[in-house]
Amino acid sequence: MDFKDTPEEAKFRKEVRSWIDANAPKHLEAELKRASFGSSGLTSEDPIEAGKAWQKKKAEAGWACLHWPKEYGGGARTAMERVIWSQEEGPYAVLSSPFTIGHGMCGPTVMEWASEEQKEELLPPLASGEEIWCQLFSEPASGSDLAGLRTRAVKADDGSGDWIINGQKIWTSGAQNSDWGLLITRTDPDVPKHKGLTMFFLSMKTPGVKVVPIKQANGASGFNEVYFDDVRIPDAQRLGAVGEGWRVSLTTLMNERLSIGSGMSTGFPELFKFCMDAEVDGEPATADSGVRSKLAQFAVKQSGLKYTGMRAISALSKGETPGPENSIGKLVAGATMQELSMFALDLQGEAGVLWNEDSPQNGRFQAMLMRSPATRIEGGSDEILRNIIGERVLGLPGDIRVDKDVPFKDIPASGKGRS
Amino acid sequence: MNLDFSEEQKQLKEQVGRFLAENCPPAAVRAVLEGEQHHDAKLYKGIADLGLLGAAIPEEYGGVGLGQLELCVIAEELGRVIAPVPVASTVYLGAECLLHAGTEDQKSTWLPKIAAGEAIGCWAINEGSGRMRPEKVTASFENGKLNGTKSPVADGAIADFAIVLAKEGSGVSLCLVDLSGDGVERENLESIDPTRSQTKLTFNGASATRIGDAGDGWHIATQVMDKAAILIGFEQLGGADRALEMGRDYALERMAFGRQIGSFQAIKHMLSDMYVSATLARSNCYYGAWALASSAAELPLAAATARVSATTAFQHCAKNNIQVHGGMGFTWAFDCHLYYRRSNALALMIGSLSTWESLLIERMSTGNVEAAA
Ligand SMILES: Cc1cc2nc3c(=O)[nH]c(=O)nc-3n(C[C@H](O)[C@H](O)[C@H](O)COP(=O)(O)OP(=O)(O)OC[C@H]3O[C@@H](n4cnc5c(N)ncnc54)[C@H](O)[C@@H]3O)c2cc1C
Repeated sequence: MDFKDTPEEAKFRKEVRSWIDANAPKHLEAELKRASFGSSGLTSEDPIEAGKAWQKKKAEAGWACLHWPKEYGGGARTAMERVIWSQEEGPYAVLSSPFTIGHGMCGPTVMEWASEEQKEELLPPLASGEEIWCQLFSEPASGSDLAGLRTRAVKADDGSGDWIINGQKIWTSGAQNSDWGLLITRTDPDVPKHKGLTMFFLSMKTPGVKVVPIKQANGASGFNEVYFDDVRIPDAQRLGAVGEGWRVSLTTLMNERLSIGSGMSTGFPELFKFCMDAEVDGEPATADSGVRSKLAQFAVKQSGLKYTGMRAISALSKGETPGPENSIGKLVAGATMQELSMFALDLQGEAGVLWNEDSPQNGRFQAMLMRSPATRIEGGSDEILRNIIGERVLGLPGDIRVDKDVPFKDIPASGKGRS
Repeated sequence: MNLDFSEEQKQLKEQVGRFLAENCPPAAVRAVLEGEQHHDAKLYKGIADLGLLGAAIPEEYGGVGLGQLELCVIAEELGRVIAPVPVASTVYLGAECLLHAGTEDQKSTWLPKIAAGEAIGCWAINEGSGRMRPEKVTASFENGKLNGTKSPVADGAIADFAIVLAKEGSGVSLCLVDLSGDGVERENLESIDPTRSQTKLTFNGASATRIGDAGDGWHIATQVMDKAAILIGFEQLGGADRALEMGRDYALERMAFGRQIGSFQAIKHMLSDMYVSATLARSNCYYGAWALASSAAELPLAAATARVSATTAFQHCAKNNIQVHGGMGFTWAFDCHLYYRRSNALALMIGSLSTWESLLIERMSTGNVEAAA
């Protein structure tokens, strides 16, 4: 039981710290500290360009994708070194958020399923931030029930072996900035749903691909609709065998849980600072017993997540593999952010309704209120995460699946998007 | 960094777990709940013989001289089987208080007996309803004599010595009373958890010796309760885990509408929420264990964090375990109520949940928020 660095860890930390100190874009620090999950907080510079610049710098010095092998542009660092890096990178980590999906999910999938040549071509520019990837999975009628997707891939009838893709994806984060996409399609509607899927990757510049931004509930536009209209791609861009797409997607989804859930903040430190300054009935808010009780419960969630993360890292560093128990990270953080922001607005009284620069902490809690519903949905909804914990951690029976052995084309669906 | 117990500590945990599974089945807890005895004396002796009571007591005082981390793993196992034994009163509070502030004489008189299981202690701080504060104390200590009433006192019925908070001059002091002496009256009180009995102790000029300096009683008591909060937190953690397991097992076994009830999402999600709160509590308790073992400056913060989290988790798991069991869960015959009782009794021991919530925020306000965040 020890929080101290080992001598090697301390040495590594020192090295990281001095490199970051010498190279980080310090002029952006204040803005980045205002970031809330899902937004960079940057207004003075284009977040994508600033992100690419920081990623490139990191890559040139060997600090990009610390979890990847060196030959693909990674840093081949240990779990503990990755943690130390992220502790030291602090607010600058936000700059790399355009690459989260690529580095955390698409990259590992390509690494596991693509040919050696493809890996050498695709991975280094992804690691160095020259190219951005997106995940083309969800569809209007298939979110949680991903295997219910309808985007069709059909062999071209000219004997070229190429595939012709038609259909629609939705909620695709970062598609508007992406160079490449990881695309899951249906190649056989006559077999049960999980069996007829096939995975591809493609350039987002391929003719027939159209990206349409969606205006979100919080007013931002981070995700998009993506339409495929007779998009032709060569068979060489297939990942895994035809009909094996589900298996390939599991690589992506497992990595998604790892990369999204770990180390998420709940916003508690900011709330606490706010409560230190705010007043309730003429007293500091933190003197009020009701406020204290709420704050304490938020505090133990925040620290519980932090130390759960440290326990996972301790296990990782002993060679154990992280399992489905990591689903609790996003489950707890998402719900806590939402409750916590409501509580902060409550303390602001009727002025809590205002969302401007004069709002406490620049409207941070208003932003969190308006973004947190998404956190409870993206990357597996609260309900899906509870199923995962119930079934895979506690060993409870799976949900009853009425569509299990039914050919996909015979499964009833909610009207929209049926092809 | 390594936020985990060592292999040896995990082995100790397993060993203690095996001993308790055999020697403290639910029937043993019920025997105390339903019987005349206030604790399981045979079990307590067995625990002493294994050296568990003296785990964190130095060898010069008859202990085993291991450490606080070992005590944490022992506490978790005791909590898992909701052992009806006065370990919290005697060891986490009694022995720790003596080690922390006792005189050489007090230590050498009582610690060897504690380690051997021959002396049971109790922590006599409370005086009636409401949150405890030093200003509320009316019991008094003067010229080596103690007067006044303390209630409720956990394990007071079976204790050989009491550590009592009493007024002395203009302040409050802690003092040590041999309960076999004159001027001590005990009255047993009914409580929600008879497996850890409650007593009213009345002192009429009972002989006592002071622990620590005059007027330093509240300060010392607070420090001792901080440490105990972490150990009791581990007991709560063990209880929470067991309640979750019981609920899970029942959800797999019980059928309704032609399926296992664990396949209904309302039940599955309730159990997964129990898992979440138990997991957060475990992580916070490990943080507490680290602070306890390393005497870190963060100890008060870590103690309140572990305590709030563990109390919340045990109450959450114990109440929902009954819900998962349906009507069966509300019968005397099922063990759910044993955990429900204990979860609510432990939630109040050494200060209620809201007291600790308040302490946590007070400590964050004066300390470093980042440390907890
Ligand atoms: C901000 C944001 C970014 C996203 N980015 C991407 C992206 O980059 N790429 C991508 O492919 N997708 C992305 N998504 C999509 C995301 O993965 C889906 O929204 C999510 O999986 C939920 O699917 P859905 O929206 O279709 O909701 P539905 O699946 O329709 O769910 C509706 C409700 O039903 C519940 N529900 C569904 N199934 C079950 C069940 N079996 N048991 C219990 N309850 C159930 C859900 O929990 C939810 O409450 C993003 C979503 C958001 C909000």
